[in-house]
Amino acid sequence: MAASSGRTVGSFLWKCGNFCFNFNTVSSNLTRQVLSRQLCVSAVFHRKNLAAAGPEKFSEEFIKKQVEEFNIGKRHLANMMGEDPETFTQGDIDRSIAYLFPSGLFDNKAKPLMKHPDEVFPKQRAVQWGADGRPFHFLFYTGKQSYYSLMHDTFTKALAVEKHQDRLRGKGLFTQDAKQISLVGSRWLLKEELEELLVETISDHDYARFIQLMERLLSLPYCSAEEDFVQRYRRQLEIQSSKQQVQPLQYDQHGVAYSTGDGRRKTATGTVLLRDSGSGSISINGTNYVHYFPVLQDREQLMFPLHFMGVLGRFDMQCSVSGGGHSSQAGALRLAISRAMLSFLSEGQVETMRQAGLLTPDPRIKERKKPGQEGARRKFTWKKR
Amino acid sequence: MAAGVFTKGLCGLRHPWLVSAGYSCSGPFCATAVAVKTLPLQTASTDVTDRILNLPLQMPDFFRLSELFSLKDLFDARVHLGHKKGCRHRLMEPYLFGSRLDQDIIDLDQTVEHLQSALNFTAHIAYRGGVILFVSRRRQFGQLVEITAQDCGEYAHTRYWQGGLLTNAPIQYGSGVRLPDLIVFLSTLNNVFQQHVGVRDAAKMNIPTVGLVDSNCNPSLVTYPVPGNDDTPAAMELYCRLFKMTINRAKDKRRQMELLQGLSAAGLTPGS
Repeated sequence: MAASSGRTVGSFLWKCGNFCFNFNTVSSNLTRQVLSRQLCVSAVFHRKNLAAAGPEKFSEEFIKKQVEEFNIGKRHLANMMGEDPETFTQGDIDRSIAYLFPSGLFDNKAKPLMKHPDEVFPKQRAVQWGADGRPFHFLFYTGKQSYYSLMHDTFTKALAVEKHQDRLRGKGLFTQDAKQISLVGSRWLLKEELEELLVETISDHDYARFIQLMERLLSLPYCSAEEDFVQRYRRQLEIQSSKQQVQPLQYDQHGVAYSTGDGRRKTATGTVLLRDSGSGSISINGTNYVHYFPVLQDREQLMFPLHFMGVLGRFDMQCSVSGGGHSSQAGALRLAISRAMLSFLSEGQVETMRQAGLLTPDPRIKERKKPGQEGARRKFTWKKR
Repeated sequence: MAAGVFTKGLCGLRHPWLVSAGYSCSGPFCATAVAVKTLPLQTASTDVTDRILNLPLQMPDFFRLSELFSLKDLFDARVHLGHKKGCRHRLMEPYLFGSRLDQDIIDLDQTVEHLQSALNFTAHIAYRGGVILFVSRRRQFGQLVEITAQDCGEYAHTRYWQGGLLTNAPIQYGSGVRLPDLIVFLSTLNNVFQQHVGVRDAAKMNIPTVGLVDSNCNPSLVTYPVPGNDDTPAAMELYCRLFKMTINRAKDKRRQMELLQGLSAAGLTPGS
């Protein structure tokens, strides 16, 4: 039997409840249920052919029982932690379990886990035929009934739209500029997501054909009638720029706006104080930037964020930087300046800066030296004999 | 004589419950109208079941399928048009009327007989609650075939045929699966003009087949070959309509018989 990758904690919890909190109302019936509990098995997650997975490993009643026990266990856990059982969320459960069962293991899947049974036990199919042996679905004998049924329905809708268009053409009401479905900001379901939706394994070819058929449906001018159907198979994309943390502007005693920013590059760290309505003077660690950075490239790095947004003469800067070499210090300061500038800019300008790469910290560090080699990549001189 | 053959053939069906049990049409597809059946004595119930199952076998055309189509309908639907002389299959020569300007013409007199017996067989299978699978690999008519199957409450397979669907069924579908009792091929060729794998597999698994054979097809492995055109939309629509009407008629007849026999059985055993 394969080793279980997530041990449900309900059983341990009941044992705890039994030993420590006897004065609580833990009925003896429930404690007796501790003993025979089926733990989830990881082998089921890697099953190839979901349809032919054999007889159901977990029947309906079993799953229902698990759900009830989970809910009761959640309430007891809340009592144990002194929280309100009504407003005890999954995050609270995770934290309580991590507190009660501290684990020194590194792998997250090996740590104690208490989640809703729907997340623990994989979705699987019920038996596909009735008592007389006749299958329920008319495409059962194809082997991939959900997928082919989806293709059949999509094609039916495409034919219906084409028929509608022909009728309009017959009446002379056909126009090319009918309302279109807006696809901006969304993407098609991934193959894994589609498999999860259909509870069936499909091949890459099948997935490609599905996308092709949906695109064909979308190419028809009057496809807006099927918008709901299409949107069911699209997911919204996350907007990256909304994740930027923009500090609000601060004002000093003269009413001049200022903001700070810090940045890191390799081992150099830098901080910047940006003051508005200045003349474009920059001082680094007390000295002028021309004296601190004699190399042109480093000064260009400093100027780039300001030059990109067209605010070269507007700000006064006071920077402090330490660590690293001159190039990494310049890079650290550039990131610090970009971050400080965010408070002065609008949403669209922030997005432009993000797309230009000014707000992305450079992750490159010095690669370690490996044994048997002279450096990180350089090998010892190869000798033929 | 024919009835005797039928009984022998159908009693040798792979699923004994079809013959012995009175109810085989349960499930979401065919909801029987018989809600209540009073508990008669054992002999009375088996009598009723036997009567339900054996009565259709006593008449040559119990479901009156000859009134569904005529030779003229077949001609109007262009069923007689075959392929060119070069595509002709040797074994189809007995079914051809002749050839005109190198195009083979299928003999519609023979088609009428073959189609009549094929539809009759389908009707009897449907009457007994058998599983009927429609197979066609023509992409032009795949949607039509699937809709036909849906409308008559049977099954369709117009997609890529995975190798072990019939021969390796317990692994493919799970153990305890019931295989089709009849496979209807609305085109016996696959997309590369070779014989569909299902024809050979059905013969291996002793599943009777009804097949529409065009002049370039091999009719030897098909139990009930029906020589006819499988390329024209008009012809395909005609066949789909015929099969749908046959199956619906047979199922309605079954429900009717169960009602009648159930009532008469209840009348025959007053309170016992």
